[in-house]
Amino acid sequence: MAEKTTLEALKQKFPEYVVETSAPFGDETLIIRKEALLEIAAFLRKPPFDFQMLLDLTCVDHPGRSDRFEMVYHLFSLASNRRLRIKLSLPEQAAVVGSLVRFWKNANWLEREVFDMFGVRFEGHPDLRRLFMNDAFEGHPLRKDYPLRKRQPLIPLRK
Amino acid sequence: MQGNFITTKLNAMLGWARKFSLFHYPYVTACCGMEYMSTACAHFDIDRFGAGWTRFSPRQSDLLLVVGTISQKQAPILRIVYDQMTEPKWVIAFGACAVSGGIYDNYAVVQGVDQVIPVDVYIPGCPPRPEMVLDGLLKLQEKIQQQKQDWRWQKRQP
Repeated sequence: MAEKTTLEALKQKFPEYVVETSAPFGDETLIIRKEALLEIAAFLRKPPFDFQMLLDLTCVDHPGRSDRFEMVYHLFSLASNRRLRIKLSLPEQAAVVGSLVRFWKNANWLEREVFDMFGVRFEGHPDLRRLFMNDAFEGHPLRKDYPLRKRQPLIPLRK
Repeated sequence: MQGNFITTKLNAMLGWARKFSLFHYPYVTACCGMEYMSTACAHFDIDRFGAGWTRFSPRQSDLLLVVGTISQKQAPILRIVYDQMTEPKWVIAFGACAVSGGIYDNYAVVQGVDQVIPVDVYIPGCPPRPEMVLDGLLKLQEKIQQQKQDWRWQKRQP
C-alpha cells in the first residue's frame, strides 16, 4: 500500500460506500455512507493500514440539513504515520450508528459523550449511559435547539 | 492599676478575635486555584492577616473560599460543605465564575454561588490578582468587625 494514499485505496476497495473524498490542507477526509462504518473500520484497524489509534470521535449538529447529525472520526496510524478523518451523516429520526468499541476501546467513553450531548445512539455499545450530565438530566445540551439559558439544577436554588 | 487592663465591648472584642483568626476552607474547582495558592503562599502571605490556617475540613473552618467554577453537579456538594461548617461562618466568592458564572452562561454552570449558599464578599476577576484577594479579605475582616456577634451564651430570639 505504501505509495497509494489511504483515500485511493479505500475508494478502490469500497466504491459503493464512499460518498466523497477530499484532502484539505493535506488532511485526508473520507465521507462514507453510515451503514459502511463498521466494515471500513474493521478494514482500517488491521494491517496494512493499521490505524491503531482513534484520536477523536465527535458529532456536529447541522439543524438545517436533512441529515442533521454528522459524526466525525479521527484515526491515526502509528505504523505509517498517517491520519484519516471519516465523516458520515445521520438523520434526526434515526440517529443510530454502529459502535466502534470492538475496534478501539477508547470509543467507549467518546461514544457515551456523544450520546450524552447529542442523543446519537450507538448500536452494540456495551454500556450506553450518560457520561457528563446526571441521569435525571432531560435533553441533550449540545443540540442546537437546546435552549441556551435552560438550567436543570440538582438542588433548589436560592434565587 | 494603671496600664493593667483595657476596657472594650464584648461585641467588639469578639469581632476583633474572629477577624484575625479566620480558618479557611479552600473549595478549589478551577484555575483560580493558582491565584489562591499564590495568595496563600509566601509571596503574598495571607498569614499576615490572620488567615493563614488552611483547614481541609469544613468542620474546623469558618471561612469558605469558593474558588472557581461551580457546575450544577457540584452545587449539592458545595451546599453540604457549607452546611457542615460550624457557626460563625463566612463565604468569599473568589473569581468571576464563583461570583456570576463568568463566561460560562450555559447548561452546566451555576450562575454565581449565591444561588446555592449565602456570600459575604465577592472578588471579581478572571482570575483576581492576589492583591485583590487580600483586599477582599480585608473587606471581610471589616465586615466581621462591624457585625453583631453571635456567641454561645447569648439569648436567642425564638
